Amino acid sequence: MTTTAATPPRPRAAIAERTLRTDRWWLTPLLTFLGLAGFLVYATVRIFVDTDYWVDAYHYLAPFYSPCLADSCVPGSSHFLGSPFPQLPSWMSPAMIILVLPGGFRATCYYYRKSYYRSFWLSPPACAVPDGHKKYTGETRFPLLVQNVHRYFFYAAVLVGAVLTYDATLSFHGKDGGFGIGLGTVILWLNVVLIWAYTLGCHSCRNIVGGRLTHFSKHPIRYWMWTQVGKLNKRHQLFAWLSMFSVVAADAYVWAVSAGMTDLRIFN
Amino acid sequence: MSTTRHFRVWRGDDEGGQLTDYDVEVNEGEVVLDIIHRLQATQAPELAVRWNCKAGKCGSCSAEINGKPGLLCMTRMNTFGEDQTVTVTPVRTFPVIKDLVTDVSFNYEKAREIPAFTPPADLKPGEYRMQQVDVERSQEFRKCIECFMCQNVCHVIRDHEENKEAFAGPRLFIRAAELDMHPLDARDDRKEFAKEEQGLGFCNITKCCTEVCPEHIKITDNAIIPMKERVVDRKYDPLTWLGRKIFRRDQLESGAK
Amino acid sequence: MVDNNITRHSFDVVVIGAGGAGLRAAIEARLAGKKTAIISKSLFGKAHTVMAEGGAAAAMGNVNSNDNWQVHYRDTIRGGKFLNNYRMAELHAKEAPDRIWELETYGALFDRTKDGKISQRNFGGHEYPRLAHVGDRTGLELIRTLQQKIVSLQQDDFREFGDYDARLAVFAETTITELILDDGKIAGAFGYRREDGEFLLFEAPAVILATGGVGKSFKVTSNSWEYTGDGHALAMRAGANLVNMEFLQFHPTGMVWPLSVKGLLVTESVRGDGGVLRNSEGKRFMFDYIPEVFKAQYATTEEEGDRWYTDPDNNKRPPELLPRDEVARAINSEVKAGRGTEHGGVFLDVSTRMKPEEIIKRLPSMHHQFKELADVDITKVPMEVGPTCHYVMGGVEVDPDSAESAVPGLFAAGEVSGGMHGSNRLGGNSLSDLLVFGKRAGEYAALHVDRLADARPVVSQEALDAAVAKALAPLVDDPSDGENPYTVQYELQDIMHSLVGIIRRAEELEDALVKIAEFKKRLANVRVGGGRKYNPGWHLAIDLHNMLLCSEAVAKAALERTESRGGHTRDDHGKMDPSWRKVNLVCSYADNGVALRRQPVPTMPHELLSLFERSELAKYLTDEEIAAFDSNGSKDGDKE
Repeated sequence: MTTTAATPPRPRAAIAERTLRTDRWWLTPLLTFLGLAGFLVYATVRIFVDTDYWVDAYHYLAPFYSPCLADSCVPGSSHFLGSPFPQLPSWMSPAMIILVLPGGFRATCYYYRKSYYRSFWLSPPACAVPDGHKKYTGETRFPLLVQNVHRYFFYAAVLVGAVLTYDATLSFHGKDGGFGIGLGTVILWLNVVLIWAYTLGCHSCRNIVGGRLTHFSKHPIRYWMWTQVGKLNKRHQLFAWLSMFSVVAADAYVWAVSAGMTDLRIFN
Repeated sequence: MSTTRHFRVWRGDDEGGQLTDYDVEVNEGEVVLDIIHRLQATQAPELAVRWNCKAGKCGSCSAEINGKPGLLCMTRMNTFGEDQTVTVTPVRTFPVIKDLVTDVSFNYEKAREIPAFTPPADLKPGEYRMQQVDVERSQEFRKCIECFMCQNVCHVIRDHEENKEAFAGPRLFIRAAELDMHPLDARDDRKEFAKEEQGLGFCNITKCCTEVCPEHIKITDNAIIPMKERVVDRKYDPLTWLGRKIFRRDQLESGAK
Repeated sequence: MVDNNITRHSFDVVVIGAGGAGLRAAIEARLAGKKTAIISKSLFGKAHTVMAEGGAAAAMGNVNSNDNWQVHYRDTIRGGKFLNNYRMAELHAKEAPDRIWELETYGALFDRTKDGKISQRNFGGHEYPRLAHVGDRTGLELIRTLQQKIVSLQQDDFREFGDYDARLAVFAETTITELILDDGKIAGAFGYRREDGEFLLFEAPAVILATGGVGKSFKVTSNSWEYTGDGHALAMRAGANLVNMEFLQFHPTGMVWPLSVKGLLVTESVRGDGGVLRNSEGKRFMFDYIPEVFKAQYATTEEEGDRWYTDPDNNKRPPELLPRDEVARAINSEVKAGRGTEHGGVFLDVSTRMKPEEIIKRLPSMHHQFKELADVDITKVPMEVGPTCHYVMGGVEVDPDSAESAVPGLFAAGEVSGGMHGSNRLGGNSLSDLLVFGKRAGEYAALHVDRLADARPVVSQEALDAAVAKALAPLVDDPSDGENPYTVQYELQDIMHSLVGIIRRAEELEDALVKIAEFKKRLANVRVGGGRKYNPGWHLAIDLHNMLLCSEAVAKAALERTESRGGHTRDDHGKMDPSWRKVNLVCSYADNGVALRRQPVPTMPHELLSLFERSELAKYLTDEEIAAFDSNGSKDGDKE
């Protein structure tokens, strides 16, 4: 239409209050901020620790360091993927290499985007509360245009998920070298399940498995997959948080055991 | 069982206005629109409010109640405390006409810009065959009652008037998705249109549109994000690109139409 | 404040009303190349058609291949108690499928059958599953589809002329207050724009009325504020006739509680899909109310009725699916007999008969509506329902084929037209009626314009001045001496509901007419302040003229017809009288009021009559008519 641009906008209702919301609309963005910030703090500390990520006795590998792909990895912590990266400079840890992938997956995730746009950028902090920015272009241009690479990260996240599943399988390792289960095994498995629930519920995944089709009726299997992914996708927010907590929990647990805490053994 | 409640209603027009206080009778089982009507009948005959069906089906009575966008006819009085003041204002994103009535022509102008359903050339009326699973996604979007609250709450235009030209808004994104997912629509450029002409990229998926939708249409998850993904299908996806190189295009019906 | 300047527009065809009939008419007129205006009292796409839930009846035979136009015709006439204009019912039954299929080419997405066709559902009074539907929001789908088709035509015009409005313009929130004539022919329409109160004149040789009904004159109604009988009143004042105004459909199942949803409709599909009616004693009382004429078609035991839902071919349908008037009367009787609920209704229950998931799947917007509007969960508790004023069968008398009224250039389609539904409309026949006769009105209005060529009627200044003066009359600086329009409206609604409502008596109707005469005097003294800018009080003051005129027509016709038939029930004349079946009551405008006269119902030709069993005809026709039918039949026999 031509008229929207040519004529100056007619005035809106002159309401003095910036928002008339009377509920505690600031609570959700605040909690989200604290949750995400807490995670970032933990992750930052953790990737600089560069130690205590492998429990050789039970084959526990901390998720933040999996897969461990550098020559500087603790013996035993590198597995079938080997160590394509050389000895790293002392300020750098193997976690930094691999965390780009799950980190990027979460950073470009449609749910996390909502949560940090709201809680960090306040754009907007809550519905019907002004975003307070002078100008807004959203994801139309660089750098936020790059959010569209989410799908690449999804492909990578599937690989990472596979590795974590492999790690969890390895963690059935007893003191005597045979089969064993400890609390760490349970935690690692729980984490893997939640990671998969989050990864497969991804909006990109939903599109790829079937969402992009126009005629579901001609692709019954992909329609079924789309339906299943849709069920996870409905709870994407829930799994985003649960898997974030679980990955921290699993990592911290391995860290603690590696640093000397006793693992609670269930079997061997 | 009736009580007297305190209301503040924005009265004014494009030259200015203010919140005006009213004490008004409220009965059990009423909604905010009932109270506005009582104000009209007893205290303010010329109080302007837009409404039609009073059943949450026509989407006329959009306003903001205690700062939250909502339909006046679907906001029950029993959701407020007895001594709570209820503040009713017009929607903020559109120019005000008078009192609670705003000029929503922005939405109609945007609706005119999106290419209409394009019927398949080879089918006559009565020959259309579609499967229920194939129409269901589009049917969700056709539940839209055009209350325009998603448009109103969207900060892209609510807080940035200057974006109105480039941005069509959630209501029109679901229209784009509806047509793109329509089993028999003959156009193939709806994704590109959404990106280039409708300003799909402005959306930062903060989901307020979904939160306020009275029809509970999953605007963000089922329309906007799928449309963003479909744009990616065409533009950025490495596998699709590779597929195009390797296979003939007509084997890729799944990706396109 | 805007001055008394009048903005003039010139069109070929002006459509008043932007519901299903109006939009379909406008599409047709525009497709015929006519410059067309759509006048919408509300915003574009908000018309009352969105409230229609169940579906659009059309004998497509997608679900049961036995269905065809003859069966649909028979059901329609049966439902209307043989008072229908036979030709309208015939055209309707024949053309409805094409009108539905056409919608798909505009982008409509109906629910589908397994083989991909448009699914059809059962509905009260329809012998076979016949209603094309989209869940329970079919009206919304219809209006949106037509709205989008109009936008699509505007896009075509934009490509051709660089102007979306070049040949099809929508005037939203605009009300027509007068039709302007030149030597008895339509010359234009005058009205105001709500937004700023500016006056508008549409010069046009053809006007299509598609304004809907009159329900707002009643206290409990499913109709919105727009339903003030504008088209009915405009037509009368322009010299056209109204027919069948005594017949009002009270939908049997409107919500009676909570207040926020009082009057709101509970779609018939709730019953079609298994919902049952119970009184406060828990009894399924409808089995006690099957009238003689329907005994053969309806189940007489609960067991058989229940079997019908899964095996409709071998069982008769439950009496909850009797035509609307029967169900409404039954509920009314139960409540009067003291077996109603606390709030004066009966229970409509699906919660004990279907699983919650199934209810949500099949009746999504019902479930949603009650949950949100009234905090009632229909999967858990029964609804409290009672009759609500829903539809007026009466309306402008039109030529069946062209939809033209007695006034040259004035057409009517949809609820505002009369005759099609006889004394009672079947559910689902309204949406198809809109489409069939909307299209016809548009087509013939275009033809009318062609025939006029350059001899277009002219709008005179006197007529304009009078229209302006009338519109401005209630508007003053200080309204404190005058009547409050809202008070008059409430009192009128109260009177109409209690005295001209679902059950009527001569004394009450006479009383109502006296009251209406008083209202007319009071109306002259209604005053509103606040200026012309979006002033609901002023708008109501103008609408009240139409409401009163329509109310008078309803009451007068109801008093005259001393029988009970369809949407007209007389306590003092409880029986249906075959001699009344031959009579249409016709209302026209005289001395600022309504003049009533009798007129014969057009005679149904033998080939249509013979679609019915003789035994059924005997229930409706007079002895002479039956004798004539028999001799006609034997003549047919002789020929063979």
